[in-house]
Amino acid sequence: MNLAAAPGFHVPEVTHLLNFAPLFSFKVGGMEFHVTFITLVMFGLTFLLAALFVAAFRNATVIPGKLQNALEAGVDGVREQIVAPILGSDTERFMPLLTAMFFFVFAMNFMEVVPPVQFPLSSRMAIPAFFAALSYVIFNYLGIRKQGPINYFKGILFPPGVPKFIYVILTPIEFMSTFIFRPLTLAVRLFANMMAGHVMLTIFFLASAYFLYGADSIFLRVIFPFPFVLSIILTGFEMFIGLIQAFIITILTAVYIQGALHPEH
Amino acid sequence: MEMLLAQAAETTISVAAIGKGLVYGLAAIGPGIGIGLIFGNAIQAIARQPEAAGLVRPIMFLGFALAEALALLGFVLFFLIT
Repeated sequence: MNLAAAPGFHVPEVTHLLNFAPLFSFKVGGMEFHVTFITLVMFGLTFLLAALFVAAFRNATVIPGKLQNALEAGVDGVREQIVAPILGSDTERFMPLLTAMFFFVFAMNFMEVVPPVQFPLSSRMAIPAFFAALSYVIFNYLGIRKQGPINYFKGILFPPGVPKFIYVILTPIEFMSTFIFRPLTLAVRLFANMMAGHVMLTIFFLASAYFLYGADSIFLRVIFPFPFVLSIILTGFEMFIGLIQAFIITILTAVYIQGALHPEH
Repeated sequence: MEMLLAQAAETTISVAAIGKGLVYGLAAIGPGIGIGLIFGNAIQAIARQPEAAGLVRPIMFLGFALAEALALLGFVLFFLIT
């Protein structure tokens, strides 16, 4: 490309932003596993979250301490805002799954703004894809177990209360939307949001640096505060987006579970 | 002949670049309108009946997520086009 050779502001390649060189790799039964920085951070987060929850709730007291209070507020938020309005009487049954999902996804999204990492772990497709697969397996399993395989698939593919000839169009649409687009969009939504956020923050911060140092132009130095302030605001915005995305993937899983447990009549 | 081939290759690159830009731009139109409608109506609902905020909010985010997915598919296609 001619663009890369030209002087001026370069946007780094997206693959360069999102790929990490493996720190070490090992082989198990013919499959090669690469352990990257992201893997290590992910395992670190898992242990951190587990340790936090154990520390807060192992000796739960009636008058909560600081840590217990904070985490209780979080768990309560998940229950009242996400799970209870959707699942109703099944709330307690799915609380462990959905709480873990919410906090883990949120922690991974939040890594976007935590200094030593500054990379949203969920912008690697493997992680959202895993959550989407988890959600997919769980809601299909629950639906099949609750309604029986025939009723379950019949309820989805041939929803009752429509004129017969509509099924010609409706059944393929329902099939695509339930079994293909549900997991696909669940994964792509989280992945694309976090990746877009990461790319956007990178470009804004690089542009601020370029405006100040890179270009020998008084005009760019004068307007330097605009991208800089905007990138700080966008950092806050990314924290908000991380929260919203964790919220959305949890609430959608809850909706899919609810749909599998209680079919429309 | 070689010049023609080189020209053809360059044209392909620029067409792909235009396509890349168009894909996300076009994919963002519909969801943009949809998300505007969703949030506008949710605000209206909450303003009319503030007690219903707890009920409206999850549904609002649900609608937002479903509409937004379309734009994000466009965003992913942007990277898939070569």
